[in-house]
Amino acid sequence: MSCSRRNFLKTALSGSIAASLPLTMFRFLSPAQVQAATESKSDTRWGFLVDTTKCVGCGFCVKACKLENEVPYDAPVTRTWVERYVVTKDGKTHIDSPKGGRDGFVARHEDEDPNAEITKAFFVPKLCNQCENPACVQVCPVGATFQTGDGVVLVDRTWCIGCGYCVMACPYGVRFFHPEHKVAEKCTFCYHRISKGMKTACVQACPFGAREIGNLKDPNDPVTKTIMTERVAVLKDEYGTKPQVFYIGLDTNVR
Amino acid sequence: MKNHVLRPLWVVIALIVTVLLVRKVMVPADFGVHGRNFTYGFHRLGAIDDWKAFPVKYRGREVCAECHEDKTAENASGKHRIIQCENCHGPVMNHPENPEALPIDRSRALCLRCHTSLPYPTSKRGNLPAIDPNDHNPDAVCSECHNPHNPDL
Amino acid sequence: MTEQLFVHGAEWTVKELFCYPNEFIYWSIQIVMYPYMTGLVAGAFVLSSLYHVFGQNDIKDMARFSLVFSLALLPVATMPLLMHLQQPLRAMEPLFTPHFTSAIAAFGIVFSTYAFIVLSEIWFVYRKYFVEQVAALKDQAGIGNAIKCRLYRILTIGAYDISDEAVAKDHRAVKILAGIGIPVACFLHGYAGFIFGSVKANALWMSPLMPVIFIMSAVVSGIALCMLTYIIIMEWQKFWAGRKSSATAEQIAGAEIDMITKTSKYLLGFLIAAITLELLDLIFRGYTAMKSWDILRSVMYGKDFLNIFVLQYGLGNLVPFILLLMPRLTIRRAFVALCLVLFGVFMMRWNVVIGGQAFSLSFAGYMHYHLPIIPHNLETYKEGLFGALTVAATPFVLFWAINKVVPSLKSTN
Repeated sequence: MSCSRRNFLKTALSGSIAASLPLTMFRFLSPAQVQAATESKSDTRWGFLVDTTKCVGCGFCVKACKLENEVPYDAPVTRTWVERYVVTKDGKTHIDSPKGGRDGFVARHEDEDPNAEITKAFFVPKLCNQCENPACVQVCPVGATFQTGDGVVLVDRTWCIGCGYCVMACPYGVRFFHPEHKVAEKCTFCYHRISKGMKTACVQACPFGAREIGNLKDPNDPVTKTIMTERVAVLKDEYGTKPQVFYIGLDTNVR
Repeated sequence: MKNHVLRPLWVVIALIVTVLLVRKVMVPADFGVHGRNFTYGFHRLGAIDDWKAFPVKYRGREVCAECHEDKTAENASGKHRIIQCENCHGPVMNHPENPEALPIDRSRALCLRCHTSLPYPTSKRGNLPAIDPNDHNPDAVCSECHNPHNPDL
Repeated sequence: MTEQLFVHGAEWTVKELFCYPNEFIYWSIQIVMYPYMTGLVAGAFVLSSLYHVFGQNDIKDMARFSLVFSLALLPVATMPLLMHLQQPLRAMEPLFTPHFTSAIAAFGIVFSTYAFIVLSEIWFVYRKYFVEQVAALKDQAGIGNAIKCRLYRILTIGAYDISDEAVAKDHRAVKILAGIGIPVACFLHGYAGFIFGSVKANALWMSPLMPVIFIMSAVVSGIALCMLTYIIIMEWQKFWAGRKSSATAEQIAGAEIDMITKTSKYLLGFLIAAITLELLDLIFRGYTAMKSWDILRSVMYGKDFLNIFVLQYGLGNLVPFILLLMPRLTIRRAFVALCLVLFGVFMMRWNVVIGGQAFSLSFAGYMHYHLPIIPHNLETYKEGLFGALTVAATPFVLFWAINKVVPSLKSTN
């Protein structure tokens, strides 16, 4: 009996080793890889500045984004969008974003009482916050989305399994499934443009300079200077994601 | 028949080895930790270059000025100088190399993006010259009366 | 619109007031089915372990049955995920490049570990039977018998020793595997709860209690399903036995009600634990009244009141609770109560998954889910009523097939 007990203990032990074996094999990396990861300290950290006081809701940014990044033009999903907030004297706040603001705002909010006095109204452009601690990346089960060395969160279209966990994990609702590629899709800060020294499509399309992109690690960058000297805010900081899109003129009504 | 109890375990180990072998074949060689740490930087390195290789479509007014200097000069002196050519004429893409006419958007909807009257007192939108599209010559094309490159009302 | 665009989620989502443009109900019916099926697997296994590990002899027959049934449920736990994935062909990637900071990454590993445990346990339970079958079929003529013999030969994995000593080893192995299996089963399901509980962006899901709630309701649903299937099978056997002799039928009936009465005690215990935790979660949310409480309250007490308080807590928990607690339990009453328990757990999954997406991340709007009934393309089949029914029906088909090879319903006494 004692002999078989020893056998069973051996079974149990080797069983648990076998169960933990694949974990260790997947998890640990060669020293060279770790070194490569820690040494590649980039001198760029892309950040974004939105001045909501300048936005008039023309929607050229949304149009440019969709065409530049091949997001189907008529699909009800978009990498960037513009929200309209109308606050009336009776204390009500009306928020909308028809077609993500792609065609601008050419009519008054449909639920708004035309006789109610508007106390304030403004437009808020939204895009991926390229968080310092992106919740969407943390939850990707296969490593199909990641943060680049210069701080942009990208999706690997050849590796995404389309589970939707990242879509659920983003507190800002910037992710969706690409209608054609059937993988998670999001704002890339026009990575193909900024890595060539160009501005993002939305920044270039904005006639009023409400959107700016810059390198937060460069103290002479105009965006960095503004963020350092002006009073700026970020969206939903309570989630601890450390968003890197900074806003001027945010209001308590902004969601 | 020394000890049959371990047999299922051998089957399991054989399966694990199979998965690891398949994994070796299926996973790209450049998959690993490349960014900050495992949490945020575990990916295929080539994915970064894939995104960098994405084609640029909006190329900016400087590209337009190379051929259409008359138009860009006219535009540069007016109030509409803040608007990029491509906002109305569509993305350049490979237009200079492959010179087909770009479609010009002459629709009222294009102008109404900014010039629909919205009574927003504290917004810049409220200060733009604006009309009520239903009252202001509803059937006319805006460019019949207004020069979009350099409007003077 | 020139081409037919399929935006995932747009088909079954109706928005109200302000929602962000990209917000849709991305996780729909299949993600309701996923924790439901996983829960049934875990629950069935825990029930069988009660006998194997803790020596609860009163549920011996149920234990064998529920072990095999949990094997039939096992592949079905992965089915909803495969039907939900936008890229189902890449389903093996979580095993190839697991990103362990994600709760989903461990699924492949935890699930496989669990599958191995269940399979080996069944192997140890039935090895003697396999060997006996090989011996019996060896000399019989006919292609069918030859194939069967070959199948049983493979199933023995070459272990033909059925001496008392060897069989005793088998029993010990079953006990150990069942012992390891309980934490793994709980982990498998608790971690399904973690998938939801760890999403900090979702005000309804984010709760450390979520994994525990999921485990408790999983065990409840697993036990309920095993009891229910057991009743159906026993009634069937009773029906056939009754045509031969009424004495056998009465014997079966006596054993059946005895079994059901005993098992229902375990069911009630887990049911109480599940409800307590869920109510604690609800009370805590209301008392702390964080930023999200306004919209949560309007969803729970307003838009989803019927689903949560009438269907889930009322019909799915309270009514079966009373039915099972009333003295002199009958099979018919137990049957109704068990159906209601299963329905209640399903509604709990529904209210978590769909309810969690019933409000916008902006807290300024709502989304309504319209389950696609009649499919008009692959997507509306997979994520519609018929996809869910396919998933729900598969374990019974599998059980029927597995039972041909591994008879789990033969009484041991």
